[in-house]
Amino acid sequence: MADSLFYLFAFFTVACAVGVVANKNAVNAAMCLMLCLMGIASLFVLLDAYLLAALLVLVYAGAVVALFLFIVMLLDMQGGVKRPFKKMTAVASVASLALMLVGVTMIKTRGQLSSLPAPVGTTAPVGAVLKNYAELLFTTYLLPVQVIGFLLLIAMLGVIVLSKKFAGMGDIK
Amino acid sequence: MNAGLNEYLVLSGLLFALGFFGVLLRKNTLVIFMCLELMLVASTLALVAFSRFNGTLDGDVFVFFILTVAAAEVAVGLAIIVALFRRRQTIQVEELNALKN
Repeated sequence: MADSLFYLFAFFTVACAVGVVANKNAVNAAMCLMLCLMGIASLFVLLDAYLLAALLVLVYAGAVVALFLFIVMLLDMQGGVKRPFKKMTAVASVASLALMLVGVTMIKTRGQLSSLPAPVGTTAPVGAVLKNYAELLFTTYLLPVQVIGFLLLIAMLGVIVLSKKFAGMGDIK
Repeated sequence: MNAGLNEYLVLSGLLFALGFFGVLLRKNTLVIFMCLELMLVASTLALVAFSRFNGTLDGDVFVFFILTVAAAEVAVGLAIIVALFRRRQTIQVEELNALKN
């Protein structure tokens, strides 16, 4: 059951990722990105990381994609001149696609990890229990949590500075 | 849980490669940024799979941090793109060639 679900979600996610890459329209690309993130969140559920799945949906599929859509609307750069690809770009794209296929094939055929850790079967997996996260975040990873909080503050200030027009600085740009 | 670690890693690598392909291929800065996010999320999938199959929680906590940093990164990156659009009236990478020559 979980196996077929994995393949279903994996196919869905990869199809949506192709949609992100190949879509001409930026709004459609953002929508495909949201669907792709939902697929990855369901894969997280299959991996028993329920908290991360919920966070991925909230933070990424909610906030980040909404922000992307908002900026697409704000900039309104649909259409415009469509320049053809240079010949070098086409060659490089084909070469990189071939390299990607070779890499994936090599991983699939030769890259099997021989000593796979057996998944925990009967006991509840550690990633499913919320208390385990709290214990780690407030003991081992206390310093990174504080650093991340400070980083968010810096990002907020940086965004304000970037988007504010300061008086008397019109010619500096 | 029949799908093993290998399947998850192959899927993660495939998604990462697709995102990287989009970064190389696309000309719209916003779509390039979306593909960057795709690469980031693909790497988190690998981390969660490793963490699950090893029975530890460190990978999951790391993904927690990655999500936070990604949110900050998106905010700053989109602000930079908007500032770029104000200054140059375009966000197509082919027209942003001020460093050329």
